[in-house]
Amino acid sequence: MTLGDLVLKVRSKNAGPFWVTIDIFCDRADVFDRLSAQLDTDRVAALYGVAPEGLKRFDIPDLRVIKFSLPRPVVQGSVHDRDMHGAQYAALLAELPLD
Amino acid sequence: MTTRVLVPSGVLGLGFDREALARGVTMAPDIICIDGGSTDSGPFSLGAGQSKYSRAATKSEWRSLMQARAELGVPLVIGTAGTCGTDATVDWMFDITAELAAELGQSPTVVRLYSDQPADRVATAHAAGRVTPLTPAPDFALEGLTNIVALAGVEQIQAALALGADIVIAGRTTDTATIAALPLARGDAAGPAWHGAKIAECGALCSTNPTSGVIMVDFDDTGFTVQPLAEGAFCTPHSVSAHMLYENSDPFCLHEPGGYLDVTGARYTALDARRVRVEGSKWVPAPYTVKLEGARVAGYQTTILAVLRDAHYVDNAQAWVDRLTGFLHAEIATRMGLSQDDYDIQFRLMGVDATLGDLENRQGNPVEVGVLGIVTARDQAQAAEIGKLINPFVLHYPLTDDEELPTFAFPFSPSTTDRGALYEFALNHVMALEDPMSAFRLTTTKVTP
Repeated sequence: MTLGDLVLKVRSKNAGPFWVTIDIFCDRADVFDRLSAQLDTDRVAALYGVAPEGLKRFDIPDLRVIKFSLPRPVVQGSVHDRDMHGAQYAALLAELPLD
Repeated sequence: MTTRVLVPSGVLGLGFDREALARGVTMAPDIICIDGGSTDSGPFSLGAGQSKYSRAATKSEWRSLMQARAELGVPLVIGTAGTCGTDATVDWMFDITAELAAELGQSPTVVRLYSDQPADRVATAHAAGRVTPLTPAPDFALEGLTNIVALAGVEQIQAALALGADIVIAGRTTDTATIAALPLARGDAAGPAWHGAKIAECGALCSTNPTSGVIMVDFDDTGFTVQPLAEGAFCTPHSVSAHMLYENSDPFCLHEPGGYLDVTGARYTALDARRVRVEGSKWVPAPYTVKLEGARVAGYQTTILAVLRDAHYVDNAQAWVDRLTGFLHAEIATRMGLSQDDYDIQFRLMGVDATLGDLENRQGNPVEVGVLGIVTARDQAQAAEIGKLINPFVLHYPLTDDEELPTFAFPFSPSTTDRGALYEFALNHVMALEDPMSAFRLTTTKVTP
Protein backbone atom coordinates (compact mmCIF):
# COMPACT_ATOMS: atom_id res chain seq x y z
CA MET A 1 0.00 0.00 0.00
CA THR A 2 1.21 3.48 -0.84
CA LEU A 3 0.58 6.78 0.89
CA GLY A 4 -1.49 7.85 -2.11
CA ASP A 5 -3.80 4.86 -1.64
CA LEU A 6 -4.56 6.00 1.89
CA VAL A 7 -5.26 9.71 1.36
CA LEU A 8 -7.52 11.92 -0.74
CA LYS A 9 -4.82 13.78 -2.62
CA VAL A 10 -1.15 14.68 -2.61
CA ARG A 11 -0.22 17.86 -4.46
CA SER A 12 2.94 19.87 -4.86
CA LYS A 13 3.65 23.34 -6.19
CA ASN A 14 6.33 25.96 -6.14
CA ALA A 15 6.22 28.39 -3.23
CA GLY A 16 8.25 31.00 -5.08
CA PRO A 17 11.23 30.08 -7.27
CA PHE A 18 13.32 28.69 -4.41
CA TRP A 19 10.85 26.47 -2.51
CA VAL A 20 8.50 23.65 -3.27
CA THR A 21 5.62 22.74 -0.96
CA ILE A 22 3.80 19.42 -0.78
CA ASP A 23 0.35 19.00 0.78
CA ILE A 24 -1.15 15.68 1.83
CA PHE A 25 -4.95 15.90 2.14
CA CYS A 26 -6.57 13.19 4.28
CA ASP A 27 -10.32 12.83 4.02
CA ARG A 28 -10.76 11.24 7.44
CA ALA A 29 -9.49 12.15 10.87
CA ASP A 30 -8.36 8.58 11.61
CA VAL A 31 -6.30 8.56 8.41
CA PHE A 32 -4.72 11.88 9.39
CA ASP A 33 -3.95 10.62 12.89
CA ARG A 34 -2.41 7.42 11.58
CA LEU A 35 -0.30 9.16 8.96
CA SER A 36 0.73 11.96 11.29
CA ALA A 37 2.12 9.36 13.69
CA GLN A 38 3.54 6.99 11.09
CA LEU A 39 5.12 9.29 8.50
CA ASP A 40 8.78 9.74 9.24
CA THR A 41 10.18 13.15 8.27
CA ASP A 42 13.62 11.66 7.54
CA ARG A 43 12.08 9.31 5.00
CA VAL A 44 10.40 12.21 3.22
CA ALA A 45 13.63 14.20 3.21
CA ALA A 46 15.45 11.24 1.67
CA LEU A 47 12.83 10.99 -1.10
CA TYR A 48 13.70 14.53 -2.18
CA GLY A 49 17.41 14.29 -1.56
CA VAL A 50 17.49 17.00 1.12
CA ALA A 51 18.72 17.04 4.71
CA PRO A 52 15.88 16.51 7.24
CA GLU A 53 16.69 19.81 8.95
CA GLY A 54 16.01 21.58 5.64
CA LEU A 55 12.45 20.30 5.59
CA LYS A 56 9.59 22.20 7.24
CA ARG A 57 6.70 20.04 8.41
CA PHE A 58 3.21 21.12 9.47
CA ASP A 59 0.64 18.66 10.83
CA ILE A 60 -2.71 20.47 10.73
CA PRO A 61 -5.49 18.47 12.39
CA ASP A 62 -8.23 21.01 11.55
CA LEU A 63 -7.59 20.52 7.84
CA ARG A 64 -6.45 16.90 8.09
CA VAL A 65 -3.42 18.01 6.17
CA ILE A 66 0.28 17.23 6.51
CA LYS A 67 2.41 19.76 4.70
CA PHE A 68 6.11 19.66 3.82
CA SER A 69 8.08 22.59 2.43
CA LEU A 70 11.64 22.30 1.22
CA PRO A 71 14.18 24.33 -0.70
CA ARG A 72 13.83 23.21 -4.30
CA PRO A 73 16.35 20.48 -5.20
CA VAL A 74 17.11 22.72 -8.24
CA VAL A 75 16.05 26.36 -8.50
CA GLN A 76 12.99 26.89 -10.68
CA GLY A 77 13.90 27.48 -14.31
CA SER A 78 17.64 26.94 -13.84
CA VAL A 79 19.49 24.92 -16.48
CA HIS A 80 18.95 21.58 -14.73
CA ASP A 81 15.34 22.16 -13.62
CA ARG A 82 12.99 19.57 -15.09
CA ASP A 83 9.64 20.67 -13.64
CA MET A 84 8.97 24.42 -13.89
CA HIS A 85 5.91 24.39 -11.61
CA GLY A 86 7.10 21.72 -9.19
CA ALA A 87 3.76 19.98 -9.47
CA GLN A 88 5.17 16.51 -10.18
CA TYR A 89 7.26 16.26 -7.02
CA ALA A 90 4.07 15.07 -5.34
CA ALA A 91 4.26 11.74 -7.16
CA LEU A 92 7.25 10.60 -5.11
CA LEU A 93 5.38 11.09 -1.84
CA ALA A 94 2.13 9.61 -3.19
CA GLU A 95 4.03 6.47 -4.18
CA LEU A 96 5.81 6.08 -0.83
CA PRO A 97 5.17 2.53 0.44
CA LEU A 98 3.51 2.31 3.85
CA ASP A 99 3.51 -0.68 6.17
CA MET B 1 -16.35 50.73 8.02
CA THR B 2 -16.84 47.87 5.64
CA THR B 3 -15.04 47.55 2.34
CA ARG B 4 -16.28 45.32 -0.44
CA VAL B 5 -13.66 44.05 -2.88
CA LEU B 6 -14.51 42.28 -6.13
CA VAL B 7 -11.82 39.89 -7.41
CA PRO B 8 -12.68 38.69 -10.93
CA SER B 9 -10.08 35.91 -11.05
CA GLY B 10 -6.66 34.78 -9.88
CA VAL B 11 -4.90 36.34 -12.83
CA LEU B 12 -5.84 38.46 -15.83
CA GLY B 13 -5.63 36.32 -18.96
CA LEU B 14 -6.90 33.08 -17.50
CA GLY B 15 -10.61 33.77 -17.98
CA PHE B 16 -13.55 34.20 -15.61
CA ASP B 17 -17.29 33.59 -15.50
CA ARG B 18 -18.87 36.67 -17.14
CA GLU B 19 -22.25 36.12 -15.47
CA ALA B 20 -20.57 35.96 -12.09
CA LEU B 21 -18.79 39.23 -12.85
CA ALA B 22 -22.12 40.84 -13.77
CA ARG B 23 -23.56 39.60 -10.48
CA GLY B 24 -20.59 41.13 -8.70
CA VAL B 25 -21.27 44.50 -10.33
CA THR B 26 -24.84 44.49 -9.02
CA MET B 27 -23.47 44.03 -5.47
CA ALA B 28 -21.81 47.47 -5.51
CA PRO B 29 -18.17 46.70 -4.64
CA ASP B 30 -15.90 49.56 -3.53
CA ILE B 31 -13.04 48.44 -5.77
CA ILE B 32 -12.14 45.79 -8.35
CA CYS B 33 -8.75 44.11 -7.92
CA ILE B 34 -7.02 41.54 -10.07
CA ASP B 35 -3.54 40.08 -10.14
CA GLY B 36 -1.55 40.17 -13.36
CA GLY B 37 1.23 37.71 -12.70
CA SER B 38 3.58 35.66 -10.60
CA THR B 39 6.93 33.91 -10.87
CA ASP B 40 5.23 30.56 -11.29
CA SER B 41 5.91 30.15 -14.99
CA GLY B 42 9.62 30.65 -14.52
CA PRO B 43 12.23 33.34 -15.05
CA PHE B 44 11.59 34.11 -18.72
CA SER B 45 8.92 36.76 -18.22
CA LEU B 46 10.98 38.78 -15.75
CA GLY B 47 14.21 38.23 -17.65
CA ALA B 48 12.76 39.36 -20.97
CA GLY B 49 10.25 41.88 -19.56
CA GLN B 50 7.35 40.25 -21.41
CA SER B 51 3.87 39.04 -20.54
CA LYS B 52 3.32 35.29 -20.74
CA TYR B 53 -0.35 35.77 -21.60
CA SER B 54 -1.50 36.77 -25.06
CA ARG B 55 -2.33 40.40 -25.72
CA ALA B 56 -5.69 39.31 -27.18
CA ALA B 57 -6.75 37.40 -24.04
CA THR B 58 -5.54 40.21 -21.81
CA LYS B 59 -7.35 42.87 -23.81
CA SER B 60 -10.60 40.89 -23.99
CA GLU B 61 -10.75 40.43 -20.21
CA TRP B 62 -9.53 43.94 -19.42
CA ARG B 63 -12.31 45.29 -21.62
CA SER B 64 -14.93 43.61 -19.40
CA LEU B 65 -13.27 44.96 -16.28
CA MET B 66 -12.97 48.50 -17.67
CA GLN B 67 -16.67 48.38 -18.53
CA ALA B 68 -17.54 47.13 -15.04
CA ARG B 69 -15.40 49.91 -13.53
CA ALA B 70 -17.08 52.60 -15.59
CA GLU B 71 -20.51 51.30 -14.67
CA LEU B 72 -19.68 51.26 -10.96
CA GLY B 73 -17.53 54.39 -10.77
CA VAL B 74 -15.02 52.65 -8.49
CA PRO B 75 -11.27 52.07 -8.96
CA LEU B 76 -9.92 49.11 -10.93
CA VAL B 77 -6.49 47.87 -9.88
CA ILE B 78 -4.17 45.35 -11.48
CA GLY B 79 -1.05 44.18 -9.64
CA THR B 80 2.08 42.69 -11.24
CA ALA B 81 0.91 43.79 -14.67
CA GLY B 82 2.11 41.69 -17.59
CA THR B 83 3.14 38.61 -15.55
CA CYS B 84 6.38 40.05 -14.16
CA GLY B 85 5.50 43.66 -13.24
CA THR B 86 8.46 45.33 -14.95
CA ASP B 87 8.19 48.91 -16.20
CA ALA B 88 8.00 47.50 -19.74
CA THR B 89 4.96 45.34 -19.00
CA VAL B 90 3.27 48.16 -17.04
CA ASP B 91 3.57 50.27 -20.19
CA TRP B 92 2.34 47.33 -22.30
CA MET B 93 -0.74 47.17 -20.07
CA PHE B 94 -1.14 50.94 -20.28
CA ASP B 95 -1.13 50.76 -24.11
CA ILE B 96 -3.90 48.15 -23.98
CA THR B 97 -5.82 50.37 -21.55
CA ALA B 98 -5.49 53.43 -23.78
CA GLU B 99 -6.64 51.45 -26.80
CA LEU B 100 -9.68 50.18 -24.92
CA ALA B 101 -10.49 53.63 -23.57
CA ALA B 102 -10.63 54.85 -27.15
CA GLU B 103 -12.78 51.91 -28.24
CA LEU B 104 -15.14 52.28 -25.26
CA GLY B 105 -15.30 56.06 -25.31
CA GLN B 106 -13.92 56.30 -21.77
CA SER B 107 -11.57 58.90 -20.30
CA PRO B 108 -10.22 57.36 -17.09
CA THR B 109 -7.45 58.71 -14.91
CA VAL B 110 -4.79 56.01 -15.06
CA VAL B 111 -2.01 55.82 -12.48
CA ARG B 112 0.99 53.66 -13.25
CA LEU B 113 3.06 52.31 -10.35
CA TYR B 114 6.58 51.38 -11.42
CA SER B 115 8.54 48.74 -9.49
CA ASP B 116 11.76 48.44 -11.51
CA GLN B 117 14.91 48.87 -9.46
CA PRO B 118 18.03 50.39 -10.98
CA ALA B 119 21.01 48.16 -10.14
CA ASP B 120 22.89 51.06 -8.55
CA ARG B 121 20.04 51.66 -6.07
CA VAL B 122 20.16 48.01 -4.99
CA ALA B 123 23.99 48.05 -4.92
CA THR B 124 23.94 51.16 -2.70
CA ALA B 125 21.41 49.56 -0.37
CA HIS B 126 23.50 46.39 -0.24
CA ALA B 127 26.65 48.35 0.56
CA ALA B 128 24.75 50.08 3.37
CA GLY B 129 23.65 46.74 4.83
CA ARG B 130 20.03 47.22 3.84
CA VAL B 131 19.79 44.09 1.63
CA THR B 132 19.29 40.80 3.45
CA PRO B 133 19.24 37.30 1.93
CA LEU B 134 16.26 35.04 2.48
CA THR B 135 16.66 31.25 2.71
CA PRO B 136 17.86 29.87 0.35
CA ALA B 137 19.38 32.76 -1.57
CA PRO B 138 21.81 32.76 -4.47
CA ASP B 139 25.00 34.75 -3.89
CA PHE B 140 24.26 38.45 -4.15
CA ALA B 141 25.42 39.62 -7.58
CA LEU B 142 23.87 42.23 -9.83
CA GLU B 143 26.06 41.67 -12.90
CA GLY B 144 24.10 40.91 -16.03
CA LEU B 145 20.64 41.23 -14.49
CA THR B 146 18.23 42.26 -17.24
CA ASN B 147 15.50 43.29 -14.81
CA ILE B 148 15.24 43.85 -11.07
CA VAL B 149 11.88 44.53 -9.47
CA ALA B 150 10.78 45.14 -5.89
CA LEU B 151 7.45 43.82 -4.63
CA ALA B 152 5.27 46.76 -3.60
CA GLY B 153 2.92 46.48 -0.64
CA VAL B 154 -0.27 48.33 0.24
CA GLU B 155 1.38 51.73 0.83
CA GLN B 156 2.29 52.17 -2.84
CA ILE B 157 -1.17 51.09 -4.04
CA GLN B 158 -2.76 53.47 -1.53
CA ALA B 159 -0.56 56.29 -2.86
CA ALA B 160 -1.75 55.51 -6.38
CA LEU B 161 -5.40 55.50 -5.30
CA ALA B 162 -4.91 58.80 -3.45
CA LEU B 163 -4.06 60.44 -6.78
CA GLY B 164 -7.67 59.95 -7.82
CA ALA B 165 -6.99 56.90 -9.98
CA ASP B 166 -9.84 55.29 -11.85
CA ILE B 167 -7.40 52.61 -12.94
CA VAL B 168 -4.15 51.61 -11.26
CA ILE B 169 -1.68 49.63 -13.36
CA ALA B 170 0.87 48.40 -10.86
CA GLY B 171 4.22 46.84 -11.52
CA ARG B 172 5.42 44.05 -9.25
CA THR B 173 3.40 43.89 -6.07
CA THR B 174 2.87 41.13 -3.54
CA ASP B 175 -0.08 38.92 -4.48
CA THR B 176 -2.15 40.40 -1.67
CA ALA B 177 -1.28 44.10 -1.79
CA THR B 178 -3.86 45.31 -4.30
CA ILE B 179 -6.72 43.66 -2.40
CA ALA B 180 -5.60 44.68 1.09
CA ALA B 181 -4.83 48.31 0.16
CA LEU B 182 -8.29 49.88 0.30
CA PRO B 183 -9.59 48.04 3.40
CA LEU B 184 -6.43 49.07 5.27
CA ALA B 185 -6.69 52.67 4.04
CA ARG B 186 -10.24 52.81 5.39
CA GLY B 187 -9.25 51.43 8.77
CA ASP B 188 -10.59 47.89 8.53
CA ALA B 189 -8.87 45.36 10.79
CA ALA B 190 -5.31 44.70 9.59
CA GLY B 191 -5.00 40.94 10.18
CA PRO B 192 -8.25 40.12 8.39
CA ALA B 193 -7.40 42.58 5.58
CA TRP B 194 -4.20 40.74 4.73
CA HIS B 195 -5.72 37.34 5.38
CA GLY B 196 -8.77 38.01 3.20
CA ALA B 197 -6.49 39.32 0.48
CA LYS B 198 -4.45 36.12 0.57
CA ILE B 199 -7.60 34.01 0.41
CA ALA B 200 -8.94 36.00 -2.55
CA GLU B 201 -5.74 36.50 -4.55
CA CYS B 202 -6.24 33.31 -6.56
CA GLY B 203 -9.90 34.12 -7.23
CA ALA B 204 -12.25 31.19 -6.83
CA LEU B 205 -9.43 28.78 -5.98
CA CYS B 206 -10.65 29.18 -2.38
CA SER B 207 -14.07 27.82 -3.40
CA THR B 208 -15.49 24.51 -4.56
CA ASN B 209 -15.43 25.69 -8.21
CA PRO B 210 -11.89 26.98 -8.82
CA THR B 211 -12.25 27.84 -12.53
CA SER B 212 -15.26 30.13 -12.05
CA GLY B 213 -12.94 32.93 -10.99
CA VAL B 214 -15.09 35.58 -9.38
CA ILE B 215 -14.94 36.19 -5.61
CA MET B 216 -16.32 38.92 -3.34
CA VAL B 217 -14.71 39.78 -0.02
CA ASP B 218 -16.26 42.05 2.61
CA PHE B 219 -13.75 43.48 5.10
CA ASP B 220 -14.70 45.14 8.38
CA ASP B 221 -13.52 45.96 11.92
CA THR B 222 -13.33 42.38 13.13
CA GLY B 223 -12.87 40.06 10.17
CA PHE B 224 -13.82 39.31 6.61
CA THR B 225 -16.50 37.37 4.76
CA VAL B 226 -15.75 35.65 1.45
CA GLN B 227 -18.15 34.28 -1.15
CA PRO B 228 -17.84 33.00 -4.72
CA LEU B 229 -20.19 34.56 -7.24
CA ALA B 230 -20.54 31.81 -9.85
CA GLU B 231 -23.68 29.70 -9.92
CA GLY B 232 -23.04 26.46 -8.05
CA ALA B 233 -19.80 27.62 -6.41
CA PHE B 234 -19.44 27.52 -2.63
CA CYS B 235 -16.92 28.63 -0.05
CA THR B 236 -16.65 26.29 2.91
CA PRO B 237 -14.50 26.65 6.03
CA HIS B 238 -12.32 23.89 4.58
CA SER B 239 -11.99 25.39 1.08
CA VAL B 240 -11.10 28.79 2.55
CA SER B 241 -8.71 27.68 5.27
CA ALA B 242 -7.02 25.17 2.93
CA HIS B 243 -6.13 28.02 0.59
CA MET B 244 -3.44 29.19 3.04
CA LEU B 245 -1.57 26.02 2.01
CA TYR B 246 -1.43 26.98 -1.64
CA GLU B 247 1.98 27.99 -2.98
CA ASN B 248 2.88 28.95 0.57
CA SER B 249 5.84 27.41 2.35
CA ASP B 250 4.35 28.28 5.76
CA PRO B 251 0.55 28.02 5.99
CA PHE B 252 0.30 30.16 9.13
CA CYS B 253 2.64 33.02 8.36
CA LEU B 254 2.86 35.33 5.36
CA HIS B 255 5.57 37.99 5.14
CA GLU B 256 4.61 41.30 3.56
CA PRO B 257 6.22 44.73 3.40
CA GLY B 258 6.05 46.18 6.91
CA GLY B 259 5.14 43.04 8.82
CA TYR B 260 3.66 39.61 8.65
CA LEU B 261 0.28 37.94 8.80
CA ASP B 262 -0.25 35.29 11.48
CA VAL B 263 -3.34 33.14 10.98
CA THR B 264 -2.65 30.69 13.81
CA GLY B 265 -5.67 31.99 15.72
CA ALA B 266 -8.02 32.34 12.73
CA ARG B 267 -11.54 30.94 13.10
CA TYR B 268 -13.50 29.95 9.99
CA THR B 269 -17.30 29.84 10.23
CA ALA B 270 -19.86 28.95 7.57
CA LEU B 271 -22.50 31.72 7.46
CA ASP B 272 -24.52 29.67 5.00
CA ALA B 273 -23.77 27.24 2.18
CA ARG B 274 -21.87 29.85 0.14
CA ARG B 275 -20.25 32.30 2.53
CA VAL B 276 -17.47 31.92 5.10
CA ARG B 277 -16.67 34.34 7.91
CA VAL B 278 -13.09 34.57 9.17
CA GLU B 279 -11.95 36.29 12.37
CA GLY B 280 -8.92 36.13 14.62
CA SER B 281 -6.04 36.60 12.17
CA LYS B 282 -3.28 38.92 13.36
CA TRP B 283 -1.01 41.44 11.69
CA VAL B 284 2.40 41.78 13.33
CA PRO B 285 4.27 44.95 12.32
CA ALA B 286 7.98 44.67 11.47
CA PRO B 287 10.63 46.91 9.85
CA TYR B 288 9.66 47.92 6.31
CA THR B 289 11.31 45.69 3.71
CA VAL B 290 10.43 44.86 0.12
CA LYS B 291 11.33 41.61 -1.58
CA LEU B 292 13.57 41.80 -4.64
CA GLU B 293 13.35 39.67 -7.75
CA GLY B 294 15.88 39.64 -10.55
CA ALA B 295 16.76 37.58 -13.58
CA ARG B 296 19.74 37.29 -15.87
CA VAL B 297 20.68 35.44 -19.03
CA ALA B 298 22.30 32.13 -18.08
CA GLY B 299 23.07 31.06 -21.64
CA TYR B 300 21.35 30.33 -24.92
CA GLN B 301 19.76 27.04 -25.84
CA THR B 302 19.22 24.74 -28.78
CA THR B 303 17.19 21.56 -28.41
CA ILE B 304 16.88 18.35 -30.38
CA LEU B 305 14.34 15.56 -29.98
CA ALA B 306 14.79 11.94 -31.06
CA VAL B 307 12.51 9.02 -30.26
CA LEU B 308 13.86 5.50 -29.71
CA ARG B 309 11.45 2.73 -30.68
CA ASP B 310 13.90 -0.09 -31.41
CA ALA B 311 13.63 -2.33 -28.32
CA HIS B 312 17.40 -2.80 -28.10
CA TYR B 313 17.84 0.95 -27.69
CA VAL B 314 14.78 1.42 -25.52
CA ASP B 315 16.15 -1.17 -23.09
CA ASN B 316 19.58 0.47 -23.07
CA ALA B 317 18.57 4.12 -23.39
CA GLN B 318 20.62 5.37 -20.45
CA ALA B 319 23.73 3.47 -21.52
CA TRP B 320 23.27 4.83 -25.03
CA VAL B 321 23.06 8.49 -23.97
CA ASP B 322 26.01 8.04 -21.58
CA ARG B 323 28.15 6.68 -24.42
CA LEU B 324 26.81 9.30 -26.84
CA THR B 325 27.54 12.14 -24.41
CA GLY B 326 31.17 11.09 -23.93
CA PHE B 327 31.62 10.82 -27.68
CA LEU B 328 30.05 14.25 -28.29
CA HIS B 329 32.24 16.00 -25.72
CA ALA B 330 35.28 14.67 -27.58
CA GLU B 331 33.89 15.68 -30.97
CA ILE B 332 33.03 19.19 -29.76
CA ALA B 333 36.53 19.58 -28.29
CA THR B 334 38.16 18.40 -31.53
CA ARG B 335 36.00 20.21 -34.03
CA MET B 336 35.06 23.39 -32.17
CA GLY B 337 37.90 23.70 -29.68
CA LEU B 338 35.50 24.04 -26.75
CA SER B 339 36.07 22.58 -23.30
CA GLN B 340 33.19 21.14 -21.26
CA ASP B 341 33.18 24.29 -19.13
CA ASP B 342 32.14 26.32 -22.17
CA TYR B 343 28.77 24.66 -22.73
CA ASP B 344 26.31 22.14 -21.29
CA ILE B 345 24.64 19.15 -22.96
CA GLN B 346 21.88 17.15 -21.29
CA PHE B 347 19.85 14.27 -22.62
CA ARG B 348 16.59 13.73 -20.76
CA LEU B 349 14.91 10.37 -21.27
CA MET B 350 11.18 10.88 -21.64
CA GLY B 351 9.45 7.71 -20.52
CA VAL B 352 12.28 6.92 -18.10
CA ASP B 353 13.10 9.79 -15.73
CA ALA B 354 12.73 13.08 -17.62
CA THR B 355 10.59 14.63 -14.86
CA LEU B 356 12.45 13.68 -11.71
CA GLY B 357 15.98 12.82 -12.84
CA ASP B 358 18.09 11.43 -10.00
CA LEU B 359 15.10 11.48 -7.64
CA GLU B 360 13.18 8.97 -9.77
CA ASN B 361 12.84 5.64 -7.93
CA ARG B 362 10.57 3.71 -10.29
CA GLN B 363 11.43 1.72 -13.37
CA GLY B 364 9.00 0.71 -16.06
CA ASN B 365 9.15 -0.97 -19.41
CA PRO B 366 8.45 1.83 -21.87
CA VAL B 367 7.50 1.01 -25.45
CA GLU B 368 9.52 3.97 -26.66
CA VAL B 369 11.78 6.60 -25.14
CA GLY B 370 11.94 10.25 -26.12
CA VAL B 371 15.45 11.68 -25.96
CA LEU B 372 15.35 15.42 -25.39
CA GLY B 373 18.77 16.91 -26.02
CA ILE B 374 19.34 20.36 -24.51
CA VAL B 375 22.42 22.36 -25.48
CA THR B 376 23.23 25.49 -23.45
CA ALA B 377 26.04 27.71 -24.68
CA ARG B 378 27.25 31.27 -24.24
CA ASP B 379 25.49 32.64 -27.31
CA GLN B 380 22.81 31.44 -29.68
CA ALA B 381 25.17 30.98 -32.62
CA GLN B 382 27.35 28.66 -30.56
CA ALA B 383 24.38 26.69 -29.23
CA ALA B 384 23.03 26.31 -32.76
CA GLU B 385 26.44 25.21 -34.04
CA ILE B 386 26.74 22.56 -31.32
CA GLY B 387 23.19 21.44 -32.15
CA LYS B 388 24.13 20.95 -35.79
CA LEU B 389 27.35 19.19 -34.86
CA ILE B 390 25.61 16.64 -32.62
CA ASN B 391 22.61 16.16 -34.92
CA PRO B 392 23.96 13.24 -37.05
CA PHE B 393 25.15 11.39 -33.94
CA VAL B 394 21.86 11.79 -32.09
CA LEU B 395 20.32 10.24 -35.22
CA HIS B 396 22.79 7.41 -35.90
CA TYR B 397 25.15 6.74 -33.00
CA PRO B 398 25.39 3.00 -32.19
CA LEU B 399 25.26 1.45 -28.73
CA THR B 400 28.46 -0.52 -29.43
CA ASP B 401 31.15 -0.31 -32.11
CA ASP B 402 30.29 -3.64 -33.68
CA GLU B 403 26.69 -3.08 -34.67
CA GLU B 404 25.15 -1.38 -37.63
CA LEU B 405 24.23 2.28 -37.44
CA PRO B 406 20.74 2.83 -36.10
CA THR B 407 18.45 5.59 -37.33
CA PHE B 408 16.03 6.96 -34.76
CA ALA B 409 12.77 8.81 -35.25
CA PHE B 410 13.20 12.56 -35.66
CA PRO B 411 9.84 14.34 -35.55
CA PHE B 412 11.12 17.58 -37.07
CA SER B 413 13.12 19.04 -39.93
CA PRO B 414 15.27 20.84 -39.07
CA SER B 415 15.77 18.55 -36.11
CA THR B 416 17.14 21.32 -33.90
CA THR B 417 15.22 24.24 -32.41
CA ASP B 418 16.90 27.42 -31.25
CA ARG B 419 15.21 28.47 -28.02
CA GLY B 420 16.87 31.82 -27.46
CA ALA B 421 17.99 33.00 -24.03
CA LEU B 422 17.78 30.88 -20.91
CA TYR B 423 17.10 33.17 -17.96
CA GLU B 424 17.71 32.36 -14.31
CA PHE B 425 16.31 33.85 -11.11
CA ALA B 426 19.14 35.67 -9.42
CA LEU B 427 17.83 37.25 -6.21
CA ASN B 428 15.98 36.03 -3.14
CA HIS B 429 16.61 39.02 -0.93
CA VAL B 430 14.74 41.80 0.83
CA MET B 431 15.65 45.49 0.80
CA ALA B 432 14.89 47.75 3.76
CA LEU B 433 13.23 51.10 2.98
CA GLU B 434 12.78 54.08 5.29
CA ASP B 435 10.07 55.49 3.04
CA PRO B 436 7.92 52.91 1.20
CA MET B 437 7.72 55.19 -1.85
CA SER B 438 11.48 55.69 -2.11
CA ALA B 439 11.91 52.69 -4.43
CA PHE B 440 8.74 53.21 -6.48
CA ARG B 441 7.45 55.76 -8.98
CA LEU B 442 3.92 56.92 -9.84
CA THR B 443 2.79 58.44 -13.15
CA THR B 444 -0.70 59.86 -13.65
CA THR B 445 -2.30 60.09 -17.10
CA LYS B 446 -5.74 61.34 -18.01
CA VAL B 447 -6.52 59.07 -20.95
CA THR B 448 -8.72 60.63 -23.59
CA PRO B 449 -10.73 58.54 -26.04
